[in-house]
Amino acid sequence: MTRSEPLMEAAGVGHIYAGGQVGCEDVSFRLYPGEVLGIVGESGSGKSTLLSCLAGALEPSSGQVKFDVGRQGLRDVFQLSEPERRLLMRTEWGIVRQNPRDGLRMSVSAGGNVGERLMAVGERHYGQIRDQALDWLGRVEIAADRVDHLPRTFSGGMQQRVQIARILVSRPRLVFMDEPTGGLDVSVQARLLDLLRGLVRDLGVAAVVVTHDLAVVRLLSDRLMVMRHGRVVEHGLTDRVLDDPQHPYSQLLVSSVLQA
Amino acid sequence: MTAEPMLTVNGLAKTFVLHTQNGVRLPVFANVDFSVAAGQCLALTGPSGAGKSTLLRSLYANYLPSDGQIMVRHRGRMLDLASAEPRQQLEVRRETIGFVSQFLRVIPRIPAEVIVAEAAIAGGASPEDALAAARELLRRLNLPERLWSVPPATFSGGEQQRVNIARGLIRPFPVLLLDEPTASLDPVNRRGAVDLILAAKAAGAAVVAICHDEDVRAEIADMTFDVSSYKAAA
Repeated sequence: MTRSEPLMEAAGVGHIYAGGQVGCEDVSFRLYPGEVLGIVGESGSGKSTLLSCLAGALEPSSGQVKFDVGRQGLRDVFQLSEPERRLLMRTEWGIVRQNPRDGLRMSVSAGGNVGERLMAVGERHYGQIRDQALDWLGRVEIAADRVDHLPRTFSGGMQQRVQIARILVSRPRLVFMDEPTGGLDVSVQARLLDLLRGLVRDLGVAAVVVTHDLAVVRLLSDRLMVMRHGRVVEHGLTDRVLDDPQHPYSQLLVSSVLQA
Repeated sequence: MTAEPMLTVNGLAKTFVLHTQNGVRLPVFANVDFSVAAGQCLALTGPSGAGKSTLLRSLYANYLPSDGQIMVRHRGRMLDLASAEPRQQLEVRRETIGFVSQFLRVIPRIPAEVIVAEAAIAGGASPEDALAAARELLRRLNLPERLWSVPPATFSGGEQQRVNIARGLIRPFPVLLLDEPTASLDPVNRRGAVDLILAAKAAGAAVVAICHDEDVRAEIADMTFDVSSYKAAA
């Protein structure tokens, strides 16, 4: 049941910004199909820079990011041609942005936002697109009578759920999430996490989740990397890292969380 | 008769190093050796603070041992869980080792029967079969039917513990780790839990249990291991 071929591999990935500021340094890991990897660290730890490198948005200054493109084996994401990369991002990857306004088209209805992504992967039958969009909005708990409304009339939590439906409708194999619950009320966070957890499990998609919220990774991720000053200081099973952290910084991070 | 060992621990040691407390070292145990065969139950004993839970959590790769091996029979061969990669550790948890912790880590909004069923689904059961098996177990553990569709956050300790037991025992794990499985149960419910543990043993599970209740221990355990006599030197 465990496939031995990795879905993604990062090998010594580093990025140094112009001016010498280190974004991230020497990050290596393998991600297998269906696995969820959490990345935690405080602001400025390099986790967002790393995510940009992994998601093909920022070319690393050292190391390689490889993905099992089209199930043909690992290929360096930054060596792909521009059309290949765009196809990869549309069909095999999905990116959940922290701010749903960055991931949605605000002038298009909720149903249109979801349907648009299906059209981008070649679906042409209007009725089927509409049915699938309705089905997915239902799965993320958007009421049917809101489907034709613009996302700007939605709450932040609803917008985030529309964004998730928009991404998952095209059945990506890997989803990147940047602070997926950031900026949401606690009750809305719990609902969203529950939803994400179920979707990741039911669909078997792999995910890389970047967050500063340890409760989020506890619930969502199988494995956890702790970052500080651009480097990975600890990496292991999520519950092992959170319950028995080894590195001084991981211990500080875990012990700093307020117990509700 | 010599059944084959399912779990063999060699020279296991655990010392916590608290970097946030000036690097203070808390030795828990060292040089721990034991072996548990299929169908056997080993009870960990010793006073509070002896390190029973720390040892049990180490056996589940929840704590990182400082030294030693945890050899577990996984997919027909012995694998050292202590040095395995996270991906292998996850695979062992999915297929070979089940854990019933002392407290239920409640997940918001998820009904009790779904929490139990998810454990079976993770093992490859269909959602329908998993839910049916979950309900059957909750029935055997006398959890009132009206609670099945309710998230356990508001349950009593004993009710949560039965959800926990059901989740841990819904699949026939070859190795079972039990941390005080019956501690918060009344005698009737304790009987139900003990019967399930005995059934798991009879089905061939190798069990390591922490259990303060002497009657329960006498009934389920074939041997005991006093963790306090393996206290590591500071």
